Amino acid sequence: MTTAVATPPADHHAEEHHEHPAWLAHHFDDAEQQFDAGKLGMWLFLVTEVLFFSGMFCAYALYRNRNPEVFEFCSTFLNEKLGAINTGVLLFSSLTMAWAVRASQLKETKTLIGMLAATLGCAAIFLGVKAVEYSHKWGLGLFPGKFYVSQIEGAHHSEVPYLWYLCIPPLVLLVCFALYYVYGIVSASKFHLRVAGPLVVAAGCYFAGVGLGVFLEAEAEESHSMAHVPSSHTDHATADHSHDAALPDAALPDAALPDAALPAVIPVNLLGMEVSPTHDVAISPAESNTPDASVNQKGMAGLFFSIYYCMTGVHAFHILGGMAVITWLIVKSAKLEFHSKYYGPVDNVGLYWHLVDFIWIYLFPLLYLIT
Amino acid sequence: MSVVTKPVTMPAPSKEAGTEDNYLTHSSGFLSWALTLDHKRIGVMYLACIMSAFALGGCLAMMIRLHLWNPNLDPSQAWLTNKQYNQVFTLHGAVMVFLFIIPSIPAALGNFLLPIMLGSKDVAFPRLNLGSFYLWVCGACFFLFSIFATGLDTGWTFYTPYSIESQGPIVAATMGVFVLGFSSIFTGLNFIVTINTMRPPGMTWFRMPLFLWAVYSTSIIQVLATPVLGITMLLLAAERVLGIGIFDAKLNGDPVAFQHFFWFYSHPAVYIMILPAMGIISELMSVHSHKGIFGYRMIAYSSVAIALFGFLVWGHHMFTAGMADVTAIVFSALTFTVSIPSAIKVFNWVGTMYKGTVSLNTPMLYALAFIFLFTIGGLTGLFLGALSMDMHLHDTYFVVAHFHYVMMGGTLVAFLGGLFHWWPKMTGKMFNDFWGIVSAAIVFVGFNLTFLPQFVLGTRGMPRRYASYQLEFQDLHRLSTIGALMLGMGLLVAGLTLLHSLFYGKKAPRNPWGGATLEWECSSPPPHDNFSSAPAVGDPYEFGNIEYDSKTGGYIKKK
Repeated sequence: MTTAVATPPADHHAEEHHEHPAWLAHHFDDAEQQFDAGKLGMWLFLVTEVLFFSGMFCAYALYRNRNPEVFEFCSTFLNEKLGAINTGVLLFSSLTMAWAVRASQLKETKTLIGMLAATLGCAAIFLGVKAVEYSHKWGLGLFPGKFYVSQIEGAHHSEVPYLWYLCIPPLVLLVCFALYYVYGIVSASKFHLRVAGPLVVAAGCYFAGVGLGVFLEAEAEESHSMAHVPSSHTDHATADHSHDAALPDAALPDAALPDAALPAVIPVNLLGMEVSPTHDVAISPAESNTPDASVNQKGMAGLFFSIYYCMTGVHAFHILGGMAVITWLIVKSAKLEFHSKYYGPVDNVGLYWHLVDFIWIYLFPLLYLIT
Repeated sequence: MSVVTKPVTMPAPSKEAGTEDNYLTHSSGFLSWALTLDHKRIGVMYLACIMSAFALGGCLAMMIRLHLWNPNLDPSQAWLTNKQYNQVFTLHGAVMVFLFIIPSIPAALGNFLLPIMLGSKDVAFPRLNLGSFYLWVCGACFFLFSIFATGLDTGWTFYTPYSIESQGPIVAATMGVFVLGFSSIFTGLNFIVTINTMRPPGMTWFRMPLFLWAVYSTSIIQVLATPVLGITMLLLAAERVLGIGIFDAKLNGDPVAFQHFFWFYSHPAVYIMILPAMGIISELMSVHSHKGIFGYRMIAYSSVAIALFGFLVWGHHMFTAGMADVTAIVFSALTFTVSIPSAIKVFNWVGTMYKGTVSLNTPMLYALAFIFLFTIGGLTGLFLGALSMDMHLHDTYFVVAHFHYVMMGGTLVAFLGGLFHWWPKMTGKMFNDFWGIVSAAIVFVGFNLTFLPQFVLGTRGMPRRYASYQLEFQDLHRLSTIGALMLGMGLLVAGLTLLHSLFYGKKAPRNPWGGATLEWECSSPPPHDNFSSAPAVGDPYEFGNIEYDSKTGGYIKKK
């Protein structure tokens, strides 16, 4: 390298430069430098991502430490089965992503696009399940913070079709991708077909996720009500009775203090029916973590759902971001751009995708598996 | 080695005639700038935008000082209403911190200089670099919106619970900060990767100019601290829009948690502001004393040490906010440790001048002003770091004076020094040194006149952020306002000197000051690709073989 410096005349400099293929940016000397720069950049970006989430993990630790009973109570509203399925889906997508990296190194374009499509599809399933979870909670009035509806009211079921709203954008995308696919067939362009195929599959996967979620959520609901039919008979009478008295208090503005929020006359195990689908009658009231009425209000349970929506919501946005870059990779793969010396983008997106997966691995037990 | 450098330092005569291709003339047209990936052009665009932000923040500062000319004990007689006053000081703080000081040195000078000083063709991710610039512009637009909308009045710190209840456009402002944060993160990330992976052969870590060490340390803070600010601002926006209650005591949330989150970023951000300034001073001291830097390694390590200690001291902003006694004592003790690397730097700079051949030109005068002002700012920080003193001085003008001595007396003065120092390199024009010296003198006197009285005001009990004051404070306040006007004049002279040079300045030589770092080895202004071939890297502070050449008016490296 130092000898290169010694050649003086300016007009020879052009020849002095390395052969610069199109995939090597002008300011890099060689493929290795470009790859190392990209990789270090991605790792640093992942560090910032971890720190970005760390703020919310701190908030989680702070409030769980203060009100452990709130977290235990609220966690029962989260459907563990759906959470577990989503965990599995993301873990599988990490496998397909890693496979895609290998395929890009080996220049196996078909495998590469297939694996990227599988990753994209898994991401869509994840979001579909998440949409069911969110809309189910919104229907129950489990909103963040000051919009939280006290679950004392029991049968609060909103008529707003939240799930349909969450299905509109993917539906539009599905139609667009299908049209794009048709265009690919008409123009007989291999490139367009290679890109459009995975996109159609991914958009379809979202609805598979929604279907799966709806099915399991309904099942959980059923077992939930079944388990409580014998025991909650008498409670319901009391509930209906005290319901009217409790309602005005429950609807108090958010300024209500924890203890003053609800009159103590409300039978404690009234809330039992909302507590847990898995709790059976065998557990004595003392052992079952039937929450105090003070838990079930905006400043307590509401705060849990604030943290829940913030953490899973920001995570979901990261999934969306990941889907966007995977789509970009599919386009690049369809142009046959990757080979053994240039696969940095696949590798780096893979790193990002593993991180998104990794964060979910923490979110799942911290939110769903508390009890 | 010296044979090797010959072609680089001894250009063909035709090249000195001003006809050569440089980054300014490489291509033309609006889009060639707006879509450029050249780090030098991006640096220049940053410079222009940041100086506009500075002008805006400066005008707001003048409004504050003019308002405080009178005690305003009767608000109906005052120039600004109390609410307007709140908005003006909030915008002054927010614009100066987020739009000017944080990006000033790293984004403008850093972008321009980092690859050249390193000997590389560009930063590692030129597109990301341009993206950072547009993120900055986008964040600035959010701020402009909050100026022209109903007015932001929370102070630049957005403390809850007031920021939850204020009628101002908090969401727009927090989103602005969020976006600006990402601009800062990407710049920092880019610089770290560039320094780690793009050093040419021969450029070892300890042959890097100290400015690069400082920028590198700054970048570490940017990457590690800014995301926390990002999530804090996001949660605050969610608080406003969704009422999540995490920071809202009414919903059982914790407002002090906001302060912890906020200062976890914003204290390290103080070092984002001052570290690159220290890097500039290290360059200026050595080059204008024509003597190798004293204690190179200690200065380099102390930059990294400041960056790391900076993460452990955020609690000292919150001594009065309610913390456990032990926590407060620990934060106080850690705060004092920051003074050690800072003092190392100051002693090394003074040591550099000892027995040097000091040229008292404009950049050097600014550098000397920096040492004086920064020392005052740093030492008064010790008062505030001591728990017993802080209880009394917290939220008084003493704090205002302290951080202006560090941020303005430190960062701004160093920025101006650096701007004058590298102006010939950036524009290819020499400025008028006489008027530069005049500007440095006025700025120095005006600055002290503005802020020294504020130390006295603070110790006498004048609280900060008040639109009115007791009559006993009037003399000191008026002194401060006169100083502020003078400071404004000084900055105006500095600006006009630089602008004048653009049109009437004489052509700058390759190496006008006799620097030994790599940027002085390419022409002024540098060519599009910085170096046509990898430059020979030597000791950045070896001045023995650099001699004045009266033909070009600059310095030349001898064999």
